[in-house]
Amino acid sequence: MPDLQVVRDDLLPPRAPGARRHLLSIRDLTRDDVERLLATAATFETSLEREVKKLPTLRGRTIVNVFYESSTRTSSSFELAAKRLSADTLSIKAAGSAVDKGESLKDTALTLDAYDPDVIVIRHPQIGAPHLVARVTGARVVNAGDGKHQHPTQALLDLYTLQGAFGRLDGLHVAVVGDVLHSRVARSLVQALALVGARVTLVGPPALLPRGIEELGCETSSEIDAIRAADAVYVLRMQQERMQEGANYVPSLREYAARWGVTPARLRPGQRVLHPGPMNRGVELTGSVADGADALIATQVRAGLVVRMAVLYDLLTTAPAAMRAVRAEQVA
Amino acid sequence: MLVSPPGPADDLVIRGARVLDAVAGVDAVLDVRVDAGTIAALGEKLPANGHRVVAGEGLVLAPGFVDPHVHLRTPGREDEESIASGTEAAAAGGFCAILAMPNTDPVVDTGAVLGSLLEAAGREARIPVGFLGAITRGQHGAELAELGELADGGAAGFSDDGRPVASAALLRRALQYASVTGRRLALHCEEPALSRDGQMHEGPVSAELGFAPYPSVAESLMVQRDLALARYEDEPLHLLHLSARESVEALRAAHAQGVAATAEVTPHHLCLTDEAVRSLDANVKMNPPLRGAEDRAALVEALRDGTIGVIATDHAPHARHEKEVPFEAAPFGVTGLETAFAALHTHLVAPGLLPLELLLARMSDGPARAYGLEPPRVAVGARANLVLIDRRTRWRVTEACFRSRSSNSWLLGETLHGQVRLTVADGRVAFSL
Repeated sequence: MPDLQVVRDDLLPPRAPGARRHLLSIRDLTRDDVERLLATAATFETSLEREVKKLPTLRGRTIVNVFYESSTRTSSSFELAAKRLSADTLSIKAAGSAVDKGESLKDTALTLDAYDPDVIVIRHPQIGAPHLVARVTGARVVNAGDGKHQHPTQALLDLYTLQGAFGRLDGLHVAVVGDVLHSRVARSLVQALALVGARVTLVGPPALLPRGIEELGCETSSEIDAIRAADAVYVLRMQQERMQEGANYVPSLREYAARWGVTPARLRPGQRVLHPGPMNRGVELTGSVADGADALIATQVRAGLVVRMAVLYDLLTTAPAAMRAVRAEQVA
Repeated sequence: MLVSPPGPADDLVIRGARVLDAVAGVDAVLDVRVDAGTIAALGEKLPANGHRVVAGEGLVLAPGFVDPHVHLRTPGREDEESIASGTEAAAAGGFCAILAMPNTDPVVDTGAVLGSLLEAAGREARIPVGFLGAITRGQHGAELAELGELADGGAAGFSDDGRPVASAALLRRALQYASVTGRRLALHCEEPALSRDGQMHEGPVSAELGFAPYPSVAESLMVQRDLALARYEDEPLHLLHLSARESVEALRAAHAQGVAATAEVTPHHLCLTDEAVRSLDANVKMNPPLRGAEDRAALVEALRDGTIGVIATDHAPHARHEKEVPFEAAPFGVTGLETAFAALHTHLVAPGLLPLELLLARMSDGPARAYGLEPPRVAVGARANLVLIDRRTRWRVTEACFRSRSSNSWLLGETLHGQVRLTVADGRVAFSL
């Protein structure tokens, strides 16, 4: 049986041993960081093709997932990623916890910190909640979505998916369509694409394109035809739960779908389509687009697992000597 | 209108300081003698007459500061500030008088609440303090508070600070009625339909961070409305804590039309921009929010040319646990009494954006005049209201520095350049380092 080369030496994290790192925002990453994480994820993808999928890499480590907002794919893929790497995991949902009794975020974080977790993965409806947890605990913190701010692992898995489909990221043109204003996915993705040299066009109703967003290094348009020039079309969820009553960003979902819905007629043949899920079929895109051969939506979900494995691995392996290649016979 | 602390006035000689009172036309190295709380002599080598002697060599002696916008949190949130702690903090910041806002619990909207505060201030205050009354009952914006009773009871002015008077019709009635009281309205300018849920200035930073925006037009639209009503009624008014360039432009235009409007700006709006919010630190969350670089430049320019004549801290203490939460969950407001001069000296005077004498005037003469108070003067015969400033000392802002009961300062950890060494308020030494 050949050796399983988990990580090449040139992919090792460059930071000093012992430094506590977090993944709070794409803004904190360099292009080298992104490329290293994507390469690590690709190595893990190879490992998942094996019959026994578990790696001993993070044995004895503790990873706590705290979700203050509902989530299917993010919470499940973080949990599975941790288990694939043999870490002990603890998953806490706000409903049914002390949060229901009015416990503050700081106190919840301090309580969890008492168990000395290596990583806290947190999703929270308020911007900056993961930053607060990073300040008050000794854990490495991964932002799994904070309000409308950031969702960095989603952006990384989207880059991974695009790189797999196109073989490159530099120079790629991606159109992001829909409710950018309320979307942490869009904010993270625009920063991540700009970081790796891709071109981004944001498309949507004027009120859903945040004023000043161009300074992140993207173009904006309110014409749906603007998506035709792109290599890939990234469709955002029309976040009805964040639509304030009476805010009138658009007159109706019906009118939104008519003007900005992604339909087969609005796409060029061969244009790839992505969506972070969960989808509103018939609103931001038609079912035929979602299920079409050019859709990468299922690929994104698979990418979520290996990218999150790569993130956990990267945060926890700060001492290069400690993480040479893992040999096949060490795989449990 | 102001309640002074009890106790005898002081005798004092301050030697060899650079006496700087631009409004009085004084800028010279002089001795200043205070007899029983009144400035008795300015000159060289004045005899001590047995008075306490303060060495002022190398320091600047100026008229004491006046802060017309302080939240003393009393009654209701004495855990955050009290009359004693707030006035002690003010004295340490060089203030010889402050005015407190009425958005307390209960709101200062009756003569009875005001009377109890004035009585408490007479016992507890370390420097003279005055209180504004609410414009509307409970600050609900529905019906006028009894402005006449409040004025007769000693209110220094009227404000629903923290909230706008959303109804134009009600504000018009308030302007008309305030004229018979001889007190001025101080208006918080915010169009609530545009600022709803807003957390920070709308611009590239909010676009990136994802915070619900509080656009500058939410302020400037209300400034324009309020100035239009003041012009129509030919009544004066005071605009609280301006933050936006468009507000300054509207005010300048109104002045050209003869509207008697005064306006204030805070140290944080003069020193910071919305870039500071990238820290996600709740200690840079305030209402109005920090705005863009062009807004900040317009505020500094307005302060220089006199369009804005008043610096006010909007000192807003909050309990630590209320600010140690994610930004959106935190209340608006930051403290400022103890850092105002040093912050502005560091960020505006030292880099050459504002002359020292103008900063001193905007912190003293401007605010006093806006509310019809006697402006502090370094002049023979004037009551001693003085601040002695060391411009060379650098000090690091830490929680331990504060006399205030709260430490929600945007300056924590920063090193400031310039320090208050002595404050004389209404003839008494209120602070000395």
